[in-house]
Amino acid sequence: MFGTLRGFEVSLFDEFRRLQRQVDDVFASDVHHSFARGVFPAVDVISNPQQVEVYLTAPGIDAKGLDISIQQNVLSVTGRREAQVQNKGSVHRQERFSGEFRRVITLPEDVDPSRVSASYVDGVVRISVQRREAAKPRQIEIH
Amino acid sequence: MSISAEVAGNLTSAGVNGRQAPVTETVLRPAVDIFEDAEGVTLYADIPGVSKERLNVHVEGKTLLLEGTVQPAGGSQVESASTRYRRSFALSRELDPERIEAKVKDGVLTLRVPKRAENRPRKIEIQ
Repeated sequence: MFGTLRGFEVSLFDEFRRLQRQVDDVFASDVHHSFARGVFPAVDVISNPQQVEVYLTAPGIDAKGLDISIQQNVLSVTGRREAQVQNKGSVHRQERFSGEFRRVITLPEDVDPSRVSASYVDGVVRISVQRREAAKPRQIEIH
Repeated sequence: MSISAEVAGNLTSAGVNGRQAPVTETVLRPAVDIFEDAEGVTLYADIPGVSKERLNVHVEGKTLLLEGTVQPAGGSQVESASTRYRRSFALSRELDPERIEAKVKDGVLTLRVPKRAENRPRKIEIQ
């Protein structure tokens, strides 16, 4: 499927990710990466007690054409990236993704689907979904 | 041909000390499209999360180097891991590195490298 070098890179990458996950665990942050090569767009999910943030690295898309929807705690993002059109001359490399894509991301169950916002900056789609009050840790004061 | 790809290390794990410095760094090789026409070469590179200020396009001798750092998203939680894009290309002699044009929009870098005047086809007008 892949050449030897590619295979080596991938396994090294996986190993690195595993290490990074351990580092993340040590620092008690809650960061999930989905960074497999060939998947477009790559997705990162970062959660804290207030909200869940989903980052999709989707450079060069028409953000207005994105279809972002959420049903309960399932977020789905559908869009398309146009291929660079080259009418004259020759193609030396064509590695960049083109065509339609769809990612479905299951979020924690306590997200509030009515409080979602999205932005697109530097080719990264950021979707923040607020979590319900009840799910936030509450500090109980002793009087 | 004109631009051939060569890549230095795909990954580094930088053990940087100091409170502000990232603990780990991932170096990614951006995906590119390269097209050639009679007047020059156009390169598109995916560098999501890299703003204009954090992008470096550098020519040294025959080597074109693209380097960009991803703006850390989401504040303190992702400071432990930072991402950088880096890829270098060898420019052939028919290209003119003095006249490279670069722009970045929505995480896509577009580079236009024209051919030297003597390597471009000349249309001769009939009087």
